[in-house]
Formats: sequence, structure tokens, C-alpha cells
Amino acid sequence: MLQVRGLRKSYSGTEVVCGVSFSVAAGQCYGLLGPNGAGKTTTLKCCLGLTAHDAGSIELAGLSIPDAARMARKRAGVCPQFDNLDPDFTVAENLVVYGRYFGIARRAMLERVPRLLEFAGLEDKAKAALSTLSGGMKRRLTLARALVNDPQIIFLDEPTTGLDPQARHLIWDRLKGLRASGRTLILTTHFMDEAERLCDRVGIMDHGKLIAEDAPRSLIDTQIEPQVVEVYGDDVRGFAADIAPRFAERVEMTGETAFCYCRDPAPLLEALQSRAALRALSRAANLEDVFIKLTGHDIRD
Amino acid sequence: MISVTSSPIERFGLRFLYVVGRNFLVWRKLMFASMVGNMADPMIYLVGLGFGLGAFMPPISGMRYINFLAGGMLCYSAMNSATFESLYSAFSRLKIQRTWEGILHAPMTVADVVIGEWVWAALKSTLSGGAMLVAMYLLGIAHGWRPLTVMPVVLLIGLAFSGLGLIMTALAKSYEFFVFYFTLLITPMMFVSGVFYPRAALPRAVQVAASFLPLAHGADLARGLTLGLPIAHPVLAVMVLLTYATAGVLVAIALIKRRLLN
Repeated sequence: MLQVRGLRKSYSGTEVVCGVSFSVAAGQCYGLLGPNGAGKTTTLKCCLGLTAHDAGSIELAGLSIPDAARMARKRAGVCPQFDNLDPDFTVAENLVVYGRYFGIARRAMLERVPRLLEFAGLEDKAKAALSTLSGGMKRRLTLARALVNDPQIIFLDEPTTGLDPQARHLIWDRLKGLRASGRTLILTTHFMDEAERLCDRVGIMDHGKLIAEDAPRSLIDTQIEPQVVEVYGDDVRGFAADIAPRFAERVEMTGETAFCYCRDPAPLLEALQSRAALRALSRAANLEDVFIKLTGHDIRD
Repeated sequence: MISVTSSPIERFGLRFLYVVGRNFLVWRKLMFASMVGNMADPMIYLVGLGFGLGAFMPPISGMRYINFLAGGMLCYSAMNSATFESLYSAFSRLKIQRTWEGILHAPMTVADVVIGEWVWAALKSTLSGGAMLVAMYLLGIAHGWRPLTVMPVVLLIGLAFSGLGLIMTALAKSYEFFVFYFTLLITPMMFVSGVFYPRAALPRAVQVAASFLPLAHGADLARGLTLGLPIAHPVLAVMVLLTYATAGVLVAIALIKRRLLN
């Protein structure tokens, strides 16, 4: 459904996408993960033909991008990172007017609106002004708007950023429904739990390159030790420097917490028993651990 | 799969009409306020200046001052409508509301969007110009069917000024930028283009400069057609307006492409 090969894109001399290749089969949910500025949004924009790439090839729904971008966008849906719903229209009008841009007749759109509103959980808001909607409702409406043309493939740029936990779960629920209906989803996210929950495959991007790609579970199995003990409290630095390395394969300090990656946490936990000043949390490794291992602990702005 | 077969609009490359349609739907909701601004305002000027100032003024080329002023005000009101729409309204759709960004995620291009905005602003001009024409009939300034021939010219004036306005919008970082355009371009243009008084009253050099401005040619055409007077250079006037209109929209498309597709 989507094939990207050797994609490169520079902005005023700085290369932000440096030779990215990946492909997404029909019906899959693919997640592009990466710190801020890794090149995720630019990659999506190139895939939709919204910015011309400098090198490489992109094929979307069997069509070459950017040459056939208009035709390809007819078959795609887009849920952007920043809200660009039309504040001059009501909820239902937003859907009808957006359908017109796809050449869908007003009457056909009016027939589709009730189903789209039901999908968004906004059945009783058809005539509501946009300013009366919460952030979660707006995001659901944006998602419903991305479906006006019944797309085969949907691009979602950080679909749950800025939403509260309840609203996030509702969006996840809808995205799972879309995947179950056989649609292809491409999403970018900062939330590793989101990627782990939704994606069949994830690609981790950093500094414009794809540095790892696999199913979330396989990445956790192959890239990192299976267990993590997080240690924090007084003199955690001394503990991390002198004691922890004896029991854990790898120890990383992030702020005031020592992350001790190991196969068997029991000896480490035993060593911690005698240290009342330190507190510990033992858990299984997750995608976030893989992400931090691969992209580093530094803060990106 | 919903059928997305090509409609005639798409076959003939008229997708910009979807943008015109969108703006029309919004306008319909705010129609009353919009009409007061676009139509009542220039009419108040016409009546106020025409009768008030006109009482102290000698006839201009044998016509009452209000008659002279009416032709100019018709063109001025068309310019104002197109300018406001292509600056403030278009900029809010470009930057504040991100409406254009949303449209570009559909199978629409920058050219579709910009041409749609260009035509829409010009249509608003024809509404304002048309209202002025009605006022001229009501005040007994215009007679018969001939003044109606001014309407295509009003559309052209609208296209010229919305093209220029969209260039400014493409360059603007904020609304404050438009103050420069108004203060340094639109306002002086208004005073040298023969809207309120004949250009013959101006120094020779200013007259020559004015002959390059769209408003001067628009005012000559509008006055001649509505009052049934001879027009000195009708073909040149139309050519100048056409040039501003097409160059304006082409430059605006290029600038907005650079701004949005990067």
C-alpha cells in the first residue's frame, strides 16, 4: 500500500530525511516513532506529495508520488497534528464541505454524515458550533473527516498528543476499529504505549534515519534485556556506579533514576534489600526502553 | 468504496469552485454584517461627500460633483472589497485557521486554493460594485441599460486587487504587515487615481505615475461606462487591469506554494 525507498529531503541545506526506506502492506498499522525533529512529519508530508522530495521514490496506493499525488490523495485520509477543522462551520458542515473537496456530491455526503458522526461519537453534536467541542471531540471529528472519502489508507500525525487519558483510549478504540475493517494506518507518535498497542510494525527514526524496524514485540525481544529495575532515592548515583553494574548488564542514569537492564532481576533486588534509602520498581522491558536505548537519553528540543 | 468518479468540475479543472463554494457557505451565515461593511459604507461616503462636499464644488466637466464621485466610488468600493477579503480573510484561512492546509490534504492543489480565493474576492467586489450601481440608479445618476456594462469591469477590478492582495497575504507574517500595504499603497493610490477629483488637478509627474496604477484605469472605465462618457484609453485600461489580475494571481500561487509546500 505504501513503499518508500531511499527518501531524502533537505530544507535550506540541512538534510532532515536522509535515505529512509520502508514499506507498509495493505491492512497493516505502521508506526513511525522518533524524538522531536527526527523527520517523521516531513516523511509523512513527502508520502502525501505535500512537499517534493529530493531523492528516492514513493509509491502510495499503487501511484507514484508526487506525480500522481492528487489521485493518490483521493484514496487517502489525513488526520493532521494540528487542528485545522473549519471554525466557520458546524460539526456536520465540516464533514459535508470537506467531502466536496474530494468531489463527493453534497447529497451523497449528507447521507454519509450520520455514520461518520456515530463513528466520532458526536451523534448529538451535528449542529454544534466548533467552539463548543472539547479537544477530544475535535480530534474525533478530525478523524471522522479523514474518512469522508472512505480511504484505503489513513495517515495520522500524532493522533493523541494533547488529549487526556480517557480521550486517548477512545481514539485508540476507533483506530483499532479502522484496522479491523482492513484499512492501512500510518501513524507517528511519541507515545510508546500507543505504538505497542496499535502497530503491527514500528520504525524508529532519529536524525532523519530509520535506525530500527520490526514488530514492537520483536524489537523488545531483540534490542534489549528483558527486565528493568528502576532505582531512585538518596545516593542513587553511587549505587548506580558501584553496585548495580555487578548485577545488571547495563545501567543508565536518567535524571535521578537508575535504569538497570538485566536478564534476572532477583540478585539486584536482593542487593537492594539492605538499602532503605533506595526504592526500586521491577518490571518487564517495554518499547520505551528500546526507544531510549536507540535514541539516547538527551533531551531534544 | 464510495464512488469518487470525476465530475464535470474535475474534468475541466474547475476544482477551485469548491473553494469558492466553501467561502460562499461561510459568507451566507454572516451575510448581513458583511453586506453592511461592503455596501453601506461606500454608499454613505457617496451620499455624504457627494451632497455635502458637492454643495461647495463647481461642476466637473459639466457634471454635478456627486455624479463624478459616483463613478470613482464604485471602483473604490470594488477595490476595497477585494482587498479586505484577499488580505484579512484569506490570511486567517492561511495562518490562523489553517483552512488551506486542511484543503491541501484533500485532492486539491495550491493553485486550486489560490484561484478559488482570487475568484471569490472578485465576486465580493462585484457585489459591492453592483450595490453602488443600484445606488446610482436610485439617486438618478445612472440611466438606462448602458451603465450595466460596467459589471464585467468591476469583476476585473476585483481580480486585479485580489491578485495583489493575495501576494501580500503570501508574504505576511501577521495582520500588522497589511498596514504597510494600506498606508503605502492603497491609500496614496486612492488619492492619485481620480476617485475623488480629476487627475488633471495633480502635478504632471504624479499623473504619469498614476497611469501605471490599476485604480486609475478602473476609475476611468467605471466612470465612463456608468455615466455614458467617452473613455480616453479603454483598451489600455482593460490591458492594465488584466495584467495586474493575471500577474497577481500567478505570483501569489508561486509564493504560497513556497510557503505551504516546504
